[in-house]
Amino acid sequence: MMNRKRRMLLQGSLTAGAIGVAVGAGLLTPGSVLAAWPEKAFKAKEMPEMLQELMGANVVEASDGINIKAPDIAENGAVVPVTVTTDIAGAQSIALIAVNNPAPLVASYDLGEGTEGFVSTRIKMGKSGDVVAVVNAGGKLYSAKKEVKVTIGGCGG
Amino acid sequence: MATNSIKIRAQLKDGVTTVKALMTHPMETGARKDKDGSMIPAHFIQEVSCEAAGKNVLTAYWSGGVSKNPYLSFKYSGANKGDVLKLSWTDNKGESATAEAEVS
Amino acid sequence: MKISRREFIRLMGLAGAAGMLPGSAFSAMKRPGDLYEIPKFGNVCLLHMTDCHAQLNPIYFREPSVNLGVGGALGKAPHLVGEALLRHFNIAPDSIAAHALSYLNFDQAAQQYGRVGGFAHLASLVKRLRTERGDGNSLLLDGGDTWQGSGTAYWTRGKDMVGACNLLGVDVMTGHWEFTYLDKEIIENIGEFEGDFVAQNVGVNEVALFDYKFADFAGFSEDDGLAFKPYTMKEIGGVRVAVVGQAFPYTPIANPQRFIPDWTFGIQDDRMQKIINRVRENEQPDLLVVLSHNGMDVDLKMASRVSGIDVIFGGHTHDGMPAPSVVENKSGKTLVTNAGSNGKFLGVMDLDVREGRLQDFRYRLVPVFSNMLPADAEMQAYIDQVRAPYQEQLEEKLAVAEETLYRRGNFNGTFDQVICDALRSVNDAQISLSPGFRWGTSVLPGQAITMDNVMDQTCITYPETYRREMKGSEIKAILEDVSDNLFNADPYFQQGGDMVRVGGLDYVCEPNKTIGKRISSMTLDDGTPVDADKSYTVAGWATVGSQSPGRPIWDVVAEYLRDKKQIRIEKLNTPKLVGVEGNPGIAG
Repeated sequence: MMNRKRRMLLQGSLTAGAIGVAVGAGLLTPGSVLAAWPEKAFKAKEMPEMLQELMGANVVEASDGINIKAPDIAENGAVVPVTVTTDIAGAQSIALIAVNNPAPLVASYDLGEGTEGFVSTRIKMGKSGDVVAVVNAGGKLYSAKKEVKVTIGGCGG
Repeated sequence: MATNSIKIRAQLKDGVTTVKALMTHPMETGARKDKDGSMIPAHFIQEVSCEAAGKNVLTAYWSGGVSKNPYLSFKYSGANKGDVLKLSWTDNKGESATAEAEVS
Repeated sequence: MKISRREFIRLMGLAGAAGMLPGSAFSAMKRPGDLYEIPKFGNVCLLHMTDCHAQLNPIYFREPSVNLGVGGALGKAPHLVGEALLRHFNIAPDSIAAHALSYLNFDQAAQQYGRVGGFAHLASLVKRLRTERGDGNSLLLDGGDTWQGSGTAYWTRGKDMVGACNLLGVDVMTGHWEFTYLDKEIIENIGEFEGDFVAQNVGVNEVALFDYKFADFAGFSEDDGLAFKPYTMKEIGGVRVAVVGQAFPYTPIANPQRFIPDWTFGIQDDRMQKIINRVRENEQPDLLVVLSHNGMDVDLKMASRVSGIDVIFGGHTHDGMPAPSVVENKSGKTLVTNAGSNGKFLGVMDLDVREGRLQDFRYRLVPVFSNMLPADAEMQAYIDQVRAPYQEQLEEKLAVAEETLYRRGNFNGTFDQVICDALRSVNDAQISLSPGFRWGTSVLPGQAITMDNVMDQTCITYPETYRREMKGSEIKAILEDVSDNLFNADPYFQQGGDMVRVGGLDYVCEPNKTIGKRISSMTLDDGTPVDADKSYTVAGWATVGSQSPGRPIWDVVAEYLRDKKQIRIEKLNTPKLVGVEGNPGIAG
C-alpha cells in the first residue's frame, strides 16, 4: 500500500518535473494533527463564536485595506476561486468564511514572517451569499466581504 | 482514487516568491450522499504547512469547504533562487503528503 | 468627444430619413440607394456585425414586443419596443426602418420587404462600403455568436462560418457561442480564422495553468494567464486603432463548462481598465474601441465604470439600436452600440479621428434587405457548396405555419410554444421547459416550416432532451433563478438571455421584485395550482450541467411537426405580469 502510494506520488512529481519536485509521504498519528486544527471554530455557525475560537476576539472592523477577488456569479459553486489581499500592517492571519455555507468557516491562514497579505484558494459555495475575509493584526480584527451569486444555470442569448 | 500527489511551483520575481500548489484530494465534507443515498464520510485536508529554507511561511487550516483537489497560492519575500520550498498536508484521517520545489 | 444632444437628434433624423421610402417593396427596390447610400464622413470606418448565429442565407426575424427594462434601465434603450422605440429614435411609423427595428405590422411588412440578412447580401454591402471608403480605411468587426445557430454550423463544428467570415473579410472578432464547441475545436477554428480573435476576459484557470494543454497557442499569455489576445492594434487610414475584445462574461454559467474546462470568464472590468491604461500608454492609439459580447445593459454599466474607451460595439442581447447610447465616465464619454442579430443589420460608424483623438462620428444601423442588395457571387457559391451535403435534409417541409412563428421576447414566443408543445406531446409530460435564447429565425403565416427553421431554433452542441420528475418547488426555483438572470436590477448580474420558456404552466411574474419573490401562482394549463411538494413530469432540453439522456431536441420537434402538419398556437404560456404598467418595454 505504502509502496503503491509512494510510486503514485513520484509520478505526480514527474508531471511537475521541470521545476524539480521531491515528494514524500507518511502516515502521521491523527493526534498530532488535531491538536492544532481549530475544530470549534470550524463547527461554529455564528461569526462571533467562530472568531473568538479562532482569533481570540470577536469585534470586527470593516476595512478597505482588504480586497476580496471572487466572481460576481460563480462559474461553478463547487469551485469558487477566492483571492484575499490585504495591506493591513502586521497581518498575522486571514480567515475565509462563506456565510451561507452549513459550515461557514472554510479556511484560516497563519502568515509567517515575511509572508505577504495574500492567499488564494478555491472554495465550495452551496448557495449565494457573502464571502467574508477576516484579518487578524495584533489581536485586532478587520474584515471585508464580497457577494457571490451561485446560480443553477441560465440560458444564454 | 486519491494519489496524494502535489504539484508545486515557486517563482521569484522582484524579491517576492509566488507559490502555487495543487493537491490531489477528494475534500469530502461528510455531509454529502452518494448515489445509493448513504453518507460519504468526511475526508479532507485539515492542515497545510509551508516551509521556506527551513522556516515556516504559511500554515493553512481547512474545512471540507475547500474545493476538491485544493489549490493554494501565497507570496513571501526574502527567498533566493534555489531555496527549497516544502509543502506538507495532513488530512482528517491522518494521511499526509509532502512535496518540495526549488524557487526558480 | 463632442456629442451633443442636438447631434443625436440629427443622427436620429438620418435614421428616420431611411424610413421615408415609399411603402411598397417595388418602389423600395427601385430606390435602394436611399437605404445604402451612406455619405462618407471622417477618415476611419468601422463596420460592425454581431450575433449572426450562422445564418448564411436570408431569413425573417421578428423583433421583440416584450423587452422589459428594470431598475435604472426602465424606459431607456434598449428596453423599448414597438411605438415607444420608434418615438425614441424618431423613426417614421410604417416605414422600412420601422419594420426593420420593430415587431410592428410584422407579418405584412415582412411579406412586403422580404427576407433580411444572408452572407451573400451582407458581403455585397460590406464590399460596397469598403470600396467607397477607400482601401485600408475600414475595419470589419464581428462581435461573435457567429459559429452557432444553423444545421451546417453544427455539423461542420463552426467551420462553415470560419470560412464565410474569412471570405467576408472579418478583421477582428470575439466570442460567446463559439465557446460551445470543444476547446480544441475552438483553438483550431481560431487558427483557421484569418482575422484576430480577441478577449481580455478569458483566463486560463489557476489549475489548468500548471500544465496548460494549449500553451503553444499564439494568443496565450502565461504572464497574464489569458487564453487569447486581449486586444489588437490596427492601422487604418493612418490612424492607430486599438480593438479590445470582451467575450460573453458568463459563458461557463449559461453554457456548459465541460466543453471548456480550462477557461474562466467574468466581466473583469478591473482588468479591462488596466489593459486600456496599458494600451493607451504603450501603443498610443488614436482611437480605442471595445468589441463586446457583454450585452447592452452590461456594456452601459461597464462604460460608466471604465474610462478611456471611445466606442463599445456591443452584441449578445440582440438589440437593434439605430443610435448609440452615450455614457459619461471619469475621463469623458463612451458610445455604446448594439447591432441586432441574425445578419439582419450592419452597424456603420464613420469616425473623424484627428490629433490623436476622436473628434466626431456618424452612425447608422443599416438593415440588410436581401431583395435590395445583390448576392455576392463568390459568397453565394461558397454558401451553396457548404450547404450542398445537407441541402435535402434541411429543406424538408415538416409542416405549415398558420401564424407567424418567432422566438425573440422576454417570454414565450410562438416558436418556443411549438417546441414546448412538442416536448410535452412527444415525451408525455405535464410541463416542459425550453431555454430563452434570443436567436432563432421567424416563419411567416402560410410558409412551410422546414428542417432549416427547426435547426435555426434549436441547434446547439448540447441538444439532448430529458424527461424527469420535478417537485413544484424545484420548478419554481428554476423560474426564480432564470428570472433573476433577466431582471436583476444590477446589470452585472444579468446574463442576457430571456426567460425560460414553459409549456403547460402558467404563472404570475413580478419583474421588479427580487430573487425568490418574482414568481407566484403557478398553475397547470387546466388551472390546477402547482403544489411545491408534489412531483410533476417535466420535459426539457439544453441542460448546462451535464448531458441529458434523450434524443436531440430537433428530432423531437421535427417528429411533432410532421405529425401535426398544420401549426396554430392554441395557447401561449406567457406569464401574467405584475408591476409593469406603463413600461415602454412591453407592447401596449
